[in-house]
Parts: sequence; structure tokens; C-alpha cells
Amino acid sequence: MNTNKVDVIVVGAGPSGVSAAITIAKSGKKVLIVDRSDAAGEKNMFGGAIYAKQTAEIFPEFWNSAPIERAITEQRIYMLTDADSTLLSYRYASKGSYKAFSVFRSKWDKWCIEQAVKAGAYYAPKTIVRELILENGHVTGIKTDLEDFHADIIILADGVNSLLASSIGLKKELKDSDVTVNVKEVLQLPKERLQDRFNIDDEDGVAAKIMGGPLKNMFAMGFLYTNKDTISIGVGVSLDELKKNCIKPYELLEEMKEHPSIAPLIKDAKIIEYSSHMLPEGSFDNIAKVYDNRVMVAGDAAGFVDNMHFEGTNLAMLSGKLAGETAVFAIDRGDFSASTLSMYYKKLEKSIIIKDLKTHNNTIATLKNNIETITSLYPELACEFFETLTAADEIPKKDKYKKFLLKVIKSGCIRKTIPLGVFAMEKCLKR
Amino acid sequence: MNINDKLATLKYNKDKESHLSVNNDICINCKEKYCTFICPANVYEWNTNKCELTIRYENCLECGACKIACSKKNINWKYPNAEHGVKFKNG
Repeated sequence: MNTNKVDVIVVGAGPSGVSAAITIAKSGKKVLIVDRSDAAGEKNMFGGAIYAKQTAEIFPEFWNSAPIERAITEQRIYMLTDADSTLLSYRYASKGSYKAFSVFRSKWDKWCIEQAVKAGAYYAPKTIVRELILENGHVTGIKTDLEDFHADIIILADGVNSLLASSIGLKKELKDSDVTVNVKEVLQLPKERLQDRFNIDDEDGVAAKIMGGPLKNMFAMGFLYTNKDTISIGVGVSLDELKKNCIKPYELLEEMKEHPSIAPLIKDAKIIEYSSHMLPEGSFDNIAKVYDNRVMVAGDAAGFVDNMHFEGTNLAMLSGKLAGETAVFAIDRGDFSASTLSMYYKKLEKSIIIKDLKTHNNTIATLKNNIETITSLYPELACEFFETLTAADEIPKKDKYKKFLLKVIKSGCIRKTIPLGVFAMEKCLKR
Repeated sequence: MNINDKLATLKYNKDKESHLSVNNDICINCKEKYCTFICPANVYEWNTNKCELTIRYENCLECGACKIACSKKNINWKYPNAEHGVKFKNG
């Protein structure tokens, strides 16, 4: 009997891996979760916020004990032109029904793995899996720098690069257009000043998306989250755009930070951390083959990201849970074949993961094709509208609005928007 | 703020050996040298005098972008050894 044998090995202690491990441990099976960092989360970074409802399915009422920063109570969209901006804001009362929380990954992931260990999972930090052990072409274990481990089922939750899923042919090599490079800074500001600046109460927080301005005409989006006494600000930009435009990602972030509408938000805030991380640009065509004999792939490793809606950790947790449930079923059955594990894919298909990825299948391509309209023309027209509405001068109002309407028509805005509208409608109405 | 000031905010445990390597002969003939600007940690720099790619692997943020971006598929990319590389205090 091999002493290094468990029922399931999970590689990676991010949101998908931990969800899988908890699900399996709670059913009484032996699960080992290995992670390359000294403490879970120390190699991870995101915007970011976690979504309350889906997170609570893994960690019920986590907000009472987990290390959260702020409950997000306002969503902003900054539409920038070169010097001006139009701000859209949606503010809501969160008491009793939280939507999202800003968190730091090194604190959050650490708390999550503690919950998995409490549920009975074995956790091996500082453990890098260099390769998978194959017997008769089937994955039966992992090789680490120290020793080998064996299991009936291996769940690969090793993140966007997933060298392991690639090594056994489950994942195609990523292309420039498949990923975004994200850079972020954490900026410190006294709590009171931060709350005054963002017009928020003690526990409340703001999440913002930033488009246009220095990011115009490219597939790039800025983000900002308020934490307790820090602001997380960053940019995600498609790797093919970086290459095409010869841009350094951190310089793009600097330009965005200097925009007259953004700079006051972070004025006097002191940088305490810089970080970067790559994200898959979620689309159905790009997802990995997520199961085979004795193996399943979850989270970013599988390509489960909805970039359009800033969703990733929620899909990771859900996919981890579904992989975990499938593993438990397979172990009870004593059958770890691909045909049994295909249950995982069926569960994914029934969940929002596959449904949303199918909906967004060519959305990113369509957005990229219309990127100037979205990131340049729309912010310009929005600002122009407010300028027309608010400028008190000698020009008669009728002439003003006529001028604005003529500009809208001449800009081709209507002609350019119709295909986008039709595209969106087809996506939503098609069955 | 320049990239060195940004990187100075981070905690690293430098590995003895680089986890990143290239075949420099291929780099010499590479016109684009995408790695020299897409990297969020400015790890790669072309040394014109030596005709050699300088790899400051100790600054790597382990994102993986260079591996994908290299048009010659010439970057041998792996994770640093356990207990090495970058550590995000917040993330």
C-alpha cells in the first residue's frame, strides 16, 4: 500500500482548488491540496472583489469571519476622453443583501485554505508540481520536488498558465489574443480621507471600471476598488494590444492615473504594493478539455472567466465545487474513467459557466472590432452631451442641440451602434 | 513613478538560478523583441553591446505573459523553486 496515496489530489490552492477540496473533504474522502506558494494567496492577485452570493455557497455567511475589506455599495463607470469624463454611478443599499466585497487575495486565500483544512483536507504548501505521473497514459499522481503522491483523481486548479493541463494535452497553448495582462497598485490613504473622497460610510465601498482616455482605441479597461484604508487601481490590457501598440503595461497604468478625472481620486495616496497577473479572456472556443480519465480541470486553468462582467473567482469556485462533487460520485462508484467524469462537464453545462461562456463566445472579437466606437466615440459624445446641456453662453439652445445632433449623425454613431445592438439582441434572444 | 520604484514595493526571495531562459542565438535574429516591453516587471532588456538578452529573473512577477508573447516561442518559462520568487502581501 502506497502511503502517499489519497482519493483526490488538487493542484493549486486558489478559489477553484479550495472549493474542490472543501467539497471532497466534507464528504469524508481523503483529499490533498498542494500549492506552490509559502502561504496560499501570496502568488495571487486580482482586482478585486468577490461576489457574495456564489461565495456564500462554499463559505456560508463568510462575511462574519473572513478578511474582507469593504462591502461594495457603488459601481462606477468612468468614460474618459483625453481631458474630460462622464461618470455613471449605481449606488445601492447593501444591508442584509451583500452583492460583493473587496478583498486582498493573500489574506482571502489564506482564510479559505484554513476552512478547507478545518473540513479535513490535507494541505501541502511550498509544493511545486513539475509533472504528472502517468500510467498507461492515465494520470495517477504528481511529482513534486520532494516526493511523489498518488490519487484516484487529480484536479488541476493551477491557474491561467496551467502547465500541467497543457502537458497532458487538455489545454491548447495560449495565444496573445487569449489573455489580458493586468497590473495593479495598492495605494494607501487614511481611512477617513478615503471615505470622504469616495463619499462612503465606514463599511461601504466603491468598485469602478475605467474606459477611454489613455486606454482609448485598444482592448483595455481600468479598474479601481476601495479597501479599508487603501485603493486598488489597475489596468487589464489584451496581450495582442500591448504587442501591436508597443506599450508597457505599467506605463499605461501611469497614464491612466494621471488623467484629470482619476488623479484626484488617488492624490497623496502612497503606493504600498505593485503586482501583475494574467487572465484568460473567457470564451467558449478557448476552454480546455476539462476532463479525461482520472483528471479534471477547474477555474482559470480551464479558461472559466467572464471578462465582460468582471467574473472569475465566482466561476472558479463554482467549477471547483462541481469538480469536487463529480470526484466524490466517481470515488463512491469506484470508477474514475472519462465517461464517469463527463458528469463534471454536464454539471458545467447546466450551470452559468458554460451558458455564459457560450453567450460570450465571439463577444470579445466583436468588441475588439468596434473598439474605437466604444472607447473613443461614446465617451466623447457623452461628454459633448453634458457640455451642450450645461454650457451657459450666447448660443441659442436650438442651435446648440442641432449642432450636437448633427455631430452624433456625422460621427456615424447610430450606424456603428446598430450592429452592436443587433449583436447583443441576437445573443440574448437566441435559444 | 517608474517601474523600479514599483518593484521596490515587493518582497522577493531570489532564487540562485534563473527560472527563465532563452536561446540567445534566436533572440539575436528576433526583430520584434516583444519581451522587452510587454513584461509587467521589465525583466527583459536587450544589451546592444553584448548582443545579448539580459534577464532580470529576480524581478519576475510570475505572470507568464512573456512565454505567450515571444514570437519565436523561445522563452523557457517555469515557476521558481518552492519558497522563491515574488510574494504579494496584499495581492
